[in-house]
This record gives sequence, structure tokens and C-alpha cells, in this order.
Amino acid sequence: MKKLIELINLSAGYDKNIVLENVSFKVFSGDFIGIIGPNGGGKTTLIKTILGLIKPTSGEMNLYISKTNIGYLPQVNQIDKRFPISVIDVVRSGKANSALFSSFHKNTEEKEKAEALLAEMGILHIRNKPIGELSGGQMQRTFLCRALMNQPELLILDEPSTYVDNNFEGELYLKLKELNEQMAILLISHDVGTISFFVKTIACVNRYVHHHPSNIISEEQLASYNCPLQIITHGNIPHTVLKQHNEHNHHGHNH
Amino acid sequence: MGTIIELFSYDFFVNAFLASLLAAISCGIVGTYIVSRRIVFISGGITHASFGGIGMGYYLGISPLLGAGIFSVLSGMGIQLFSSKAKVREDSSIAIWWSLGMAIGIIFVYLTPGYAPNLMSYLFGSILTVSSTELWLMLALSVIIVLFFTLFYRTILYIAFDEDYARTSDLPVDLFNYLLMVLISLTIVLNIRVVGIILILSLLTIPQATANTLTREFSRMMVYSVVFAFLASFVGLLISYFADIPSGATIIFTQVVLFGLVKLILLLRPSTK
Repeated sequence: MKKLIELINLSAGYDKNIVLENVSFKVFSGDFIGIIGPNGGGKTTLIKTILGLIKPTSGEMNLYISKTNIGYLPQVNQIDKRFPISVIDVVRSGKANSALFSSFHKNTEEKEKAEALLAEMGILHIRNKPIGELSGGQMQRTFLCRALMNQPELLILDEPSTYVDNNFEGELYLKLKELNEQMAILLISHDVGTISFFVKTIACVNRYVHHHPSNIISEEQLASYNCPLQIITHGNIPHTVLKQHNEHNHHGHNH
Repeated sequence: MGTIIELFSYDFFVNAFLASLLAAISCGIVGTYIVSRRIVFISGGITHASFGGIGMGYYLGISPLLGAGIFSVLSGMGIQLFSSKAKVREDSSIAIWWSLGMAIGIIFVYLTPGYAPNLMSYLFGSILTVSSTELWLMLALSVIIVLFFTLFYRTILYIAFDEDYARTSDLPVDLFNYLLMVLISLTIVLNIRVVGIILILSLLTIPQATANTLTREFSRMMVYSVVFAFLASFVGLLISYFADIPSGATIIFTQVVLFGLVKLILLLRPSTK
């Protein structure tokens, strides 16, 4: 197992408002970590720090892979849906580090790669549509394609299941499980019940980060991690009924 | 028709024609970036801040256009710097530069002894009196803009669309933000003479709105915007000439009419969906 990222006693925040405190957190190749926690608990701050979008206020972060080898799917509401850009161009922007002088050479290879990804996700037919005309599911597929353009070693997804129907949600998680064979995945979700079926481990983020070494977690454990979340179960999406596993184990915290 | 061709035998009219063409190129392209990126308000701030430079130019006896250039580039940088440091809310920062520029301009125009020539032409535009020096500057700017947007098309598009993602891809986001801010400032200043400070914002937004009703693709929107901006400017120029009404205002009025016409045609056309 190759170490991809390591945060050591890292704190981060905005101005004087500390959002993450003294976080130590490692990501290895092959990991599939579900990141959960209450709103405002610092989930997005954690991944934005990893992506280099937020500078830590103290502590250190070591990247053992190139920054451009991290694929990122932002929250949908951070995207300007009225921006005049087509699906294929959004996907091609995933290989933006080759874009600077892209006008000087032909990019048929890049275009074919983008089209292959779109075909794989079953949305090749909408490649020339402006993003403003997409459904929630098509939008997420498009941004997933963009995140995969650079053949990332680490894929980071911020709430990919918002604004999508249950069908696509299930499909998406199965796809991620498949992708996990080639890359490590960090998945932010508010939906503990559903993701625990797919992820390998769970990280609870609420100012502090507790990396729970399995995908089975109880409400009591969540509470002990200072991460009070309700475990909700849904209809037709596979999920584990978590409470039954209460007696099953009681892992120590990875502080 | 004959009369229109006759008009081209007048130097002033040829100049005005070229000015409307060059204004359409720079404003069409830069305006597409401004509208797509939703920085119309920033551009308004830069425009009005440039009035400070015009006043200063009169007072110091240098070219008001040079003064406006310095002021607009500085205010563009200032807004970018203020908002990226995040200590001041961006809209407040824009309002500060906007009104500071206007205030400085008014004070210096007042302090300038005697009469400030052409003051009205800076405020409301005067395409028929554009000088050949100004035309050369506009030509140079248009060439730079066309080259810059062609060579760095994808970089500009990706940064404008999703700045965070562009940062994670190691694109030079800050450098491009500043460069584009300089191009916006220069576009505003060099086109002030065409429609004036009060109306320049519309050359950067109305053709783009018209183009946006027909396409939602960045590159096409730039091309359509240039075409619409030119079409309306030229027609507006002719109307203002024959009806003997102010050119800047007529050009903008024509832009809006064109926008309305395109919208109307799209509404009346049987739906293709």
C-alpha cells in the first residue's frame, strides 16, 4: 500500500475561525473512505485543504502524488449552471494542465479520451449540450468524467448524490466501487446509512477528525467521536442496518 | 443606399466606421468573458473609476485618456487584490472604487482652470470625432485580444468556468485573472470615446445577451457578440447621423432594439424541440 497523502497535526480555517483542529489523517492507495459529519463540521474544508485550495494555518501536509493526479468532483451548487460551456469541454477541462498552450497542437487524443469516458457513463449523446440543460444525474456524470480525465490516483467527491434520483445514486456508488480497484477514493456524504455499504472505512469530521477503521459504525460510536449524526435508512438503495452491529466491535479511535 | 456609400468618402465617417468595428471586436470578446464570469459589476466599477483619471488628466494637462487608462488598470487591480485578500466584501470594494473615481474626477474637472474640452464626449461618447491615434490604439488592442483569446482559449475558459478546479490542475489562475483584468480595463478605456463612460457597460453586455439567446457555447458567444455589436453600432451610427441625434446613445438604443428583435423572432419561431 502506497501512502498518498498525510496530514500531520494540521489546523485550517477562515480568518480567525478555526474549522479543523489538530487533524492527523492518512490516505493510502486502495482506500475508500467515507467522510461524514454535521454541516459546518469541516468536511469540505478538509478536502479543500488536501486539494491545496485552502492553506493550513498550522501543521503540515505531505502529498506523495502530484496535485494534478487528484480528481475532484465539487458540490453541484458550486457550479455556475448558466455558464456557456458544453459537456465535452467540461470533461476536457479535467486535463487542464495541458491546456495552457493547447491552441498550438491538435488534441484529438484528449478529445477521444473525453468521449470514451462519456460513453462509459452512458452520456455520449449529450456531449455538445450546454451544461445548463442537464438533469442532476447527467450533471454528476459529466463532473465525474472530468474528475477521471487525468487518470487520478485519488478521487475526491463532495456530496455527489445531491440533486440526483435514487436510481443514479445506486449506480454511482457501484461505479465508485469499481473505480476503487484503480484509485483511492474520498467520498463526502451526509448519508451515513447508504455509503457505509460501499466504503471501506469512515472518517468523522467535526472540527476534529476520527478515522474509524471499518465501514460499520453505530450512533453511539458516532456520538463518542463527537460527531452526532442520525443514521437513516432508505428504501431501494442497499444499506447496512448499522445498529445491529453494535455488539460486533468497538474500535479504538485513531486520534 | 447611394448616400451611405457617399458617406465613406468622408474621413470622419470612415474613422467612425472603423471605430465601431474595432469596438465590436474588443467589446464583443472581452464582454463575453465579463458576462460569463458574472463580473459585470466589477466592470462598471472600473469604468466609473476611470473618470478620476480623466479629471486628473485635465488638471495635469496630460491626455485624459492616458489618465483614464492608469486609473482603470489600477482600480481593476485594486478590486482584484481587495477581493482575493477577502478582507473587504467584493461588492463593497467595487462601490468604493466606483465612487472614489467619480469623486476625484469631478473635483479635478472643477479645479481645472477654464473650460474642459471634450468632457461631454468622454461621458457620452462621440464616435464621429475619434482620432486616428485612438484608432491605432484600438486596433492594437483588438489584435492583442484576438491573439490572447485564441492562443489561451481553453485556459481562459477553464479558469472562468471553475476557478477552484483550474487551481487543482495547476493552471496559472492568478496570473490570468490579473491579465484579463488589465485587458478589461484597457477595453473600457479605449472604447470610452465610442459610447462614453455612462454607456460603455452596455457594449460589454447587450450584444452578449443577444448572442446568449442563440448559443450557450463560449467560443460562439464571442463571435456572435462581435457580429451583433458591430451590426448595431453601424446601424446606430447611421441613424444618429441622419437623424442628427447623439451617436453613443443611438448605438446603445440600437443594441437593445436588436436584442428585442432576436428575442421576438425566437419566440415567434415554431419550437424545434
